[in-house]
Amino acid sequence: MELALTTTGFEASNWAHARPRLKAATEEKPWVRLACITVTVLFLALLLFVPLASVFAEAFREGVRVYFASFSDRYAIAAIRLTLLAAAISVPLNTAFGLTAAWAITKFQFRGKSLLITLIDLPFAVSPIVSGLIYVLVFGMQGWVGAWLSEHNIQVIFAVPGIVLATVFVTFPFVARELIPLMQEQGTEEEEAATSLGASGWQTFMKVTLPNVKWALLYGVILANARAMGEFGAVAVVSGHLRGKTNTMPLHVETLYNEYNFVAASAVASLLALLGLVTLAIKSAVEWKVRRDYEAAAVSESS
Amino acid sequence: MVLKASAAFGVIGLLIVTAGCGASSNSAQGFTSSSSKEKPAITLTNASYDPTRELYQEVNEAFAKYWTRETGQDVSFDQSHQGSGTQARAVIDGLKADVVTLALSPDIEEIAKSAKLLPEDWQKRLPNNSCPYTSTIVFLVRKGNPKQIKDWEDLVREGVEVITPNPKTSGGARWAYLAAWGHALRKNGQDEAKARAFVQQLYAHVPVLGSGARESTTTFMQNGIGDVLLSWENEALLAIKKTGNDQVEIVTPPISILAEPPVSVIDKNASAHNATEAAKAYLQFLYSPEGQQIIAKNYYRPSEPNYVDKELLKQFADVKFFTIDEVFGGWKQAQAKHFSDGGTFDFIQEANSAKK
Repeated sequence: MELALTTTGFEASNWAHARPRLKAATEEKPWVRLACITVTVLFLALLLFVPLASVFAEAFREGVRVYFASFSDRYAIAAIRLTLLAAAISVPLNTAFGLTAAWAITKFQFRGKSLLITLIDLPFAVSPIVSGLIYVLVFGMQGWVGAWLSEHNIQVIFAVPGIVLATVFVTFPFVARELIPLMQEQGTEEEEAATSLGASGWQTFMKVTLPNVKWALLYGVILANARAMGEFGAVAVVSGHLRGKTNTMPLHVETLYNEYNFVAASAVASLLALLGLVTLAIKSAVEWKVRRDYEAAAVSESS
Repeated sequence: MVLKASAAFGVIGLLIVTAGCGASSNSAQGFTSSSSKEKPAITLTNASYDPTRELYQEVNEAFAKYWTRETGQDVSFDQSHQGSGTQARAVIDGLKADVVTLALSPDIEEIAKSAKLLPEDWQKRLPNNSCPYTSTIVFLVRKGNPKQIKDWEDLVREGVEVITPNPKTSGGARWAYLAAWGHALRKNGQDEAKARAFVQQLYAHVPVLGSGARESTTTFMQNGIGDVLLSWENEALLAIKKTGNDQVEIVTPPISILAEPPVSVIDKNASAHNATEAAKAYLQFLYSPEGQQIIAKNYYRPSEPNYVDKELLKQFADVKFFTIDEVFGGWKQAQAKHFSDGGTFDFIQEANSAKK
């Protein structure tokens, strides 16, 4: 069953090395190979590693104590809390949505399906600024429902609900995007078999579908989480930059930077960078796990 | 194998759930403490512009002490800083600011006009056109002033690169633009065409237009781009102090504009959460001896200099000031003529880019 993970176009590159090792694809001369590798490594070093390392260097410039002091600041704690809250709401919400959407799209036949798939991708396609602005246009005082909300003392934008909404919007496609191609590939035979053996819809989902997609689901959740915590543009538009109230971690980095507080800005930025590295580590672990399962399956098949 | 996999998945799920609980219980605490009824504590939201961060940090602390002493009520602050125009837009769109402290009066004007959150005669409610402090536009140059920049005319000399933000988005940049225009008018016997030619030439010397005052300061100080930065005086003094940067120095031109950043209570927001009294007192406090002293300490020119230590006043060089009312007939006219779409600034930008 894990075999299916290697199929879809979008993930193909991610999962490619889950396959057994192939022989060198071409017979290039050694110097060509060397040149290609050198260029790639140089490129990565210049554009990725050096800037990333400089964030950590700047963060620790005034010592470990100053570094950790950056996180005990009241506003920093509030920013970290808000970021966790936004992720804690948006990730489960989008996990549920992603599962529902993928289930609907892959197991049922209905008209307008491809339009629905396209719509799910919308947050990928529009600029984050637009993602924020749409909520201002709807919930702002000059917007559709802003005046009504204000009369009833409900604050959406420039408050925590706005931050959460914007985060949900930008992380919308991640889980569904991972699941749909995989579930399409798997088809409905296993579910049909389960149903014909008398399983209820819920049982079929829990015992057949979910185990089949768990790794893709986990992968989608990881990506959604990383984006939820790192989002800047959409959140900046609806935040109002109220320190200690609507500043998320990325916005807090900007605030600190603008206050000439480069060390603290880098310290908070390094925390975000660490989050990215942890995401990468989990992702690699998942891939490693999948490869091992695949090899185990291959061995048992051939014997 | 499947078992192990689902166990791993369970752990991740658990992590997410616990993170969620932690965050939500924390925020629940926040809600109860802010609405606790044993003490009618109050939170004032001050929406301000970019360079006032340090000023209001100190003002807020001092006012909180003063207010508790006077009334027994605890007051805390939600402080927000963005470009002045962005901030006005946010208040119009529903940012519940009790007071705004912005870079120019048209921004507050706009809140009064399109959102009707305060009366249109707001600027007459406090002394000195509702400006508790003023500032001006000065030049920040590299150490030793290698390009010998002393006056406005030196900015358009061959090979001089000028850094200033975009007047469309930055309040400070508009003051800088008008300062240059005012200088050119005076020098050329009020000849409008010559003034425009000078300002056009000036903007031809600007390699990058930043979006806000802080961005341009960082461009100049941290990234080392440009020979001269047109800066708020307060921003220039602060930048040198804060970064301990001794590679730059301030040149005050002999003549410049008196920049008047106004403040106002946003009546409807303040009364909606019973903060009118505190909000009014907060702005009054800026005019008090204690407030004026803090203002001068943070490099703004106090509106009541006699309240302030003589030593502190020495940091402000003598400048011959002209005001926007004298030279441009007020903000309304200046705004319409120079900065509206299709205004003089747009014309200048197009003419300059056509030349390139």
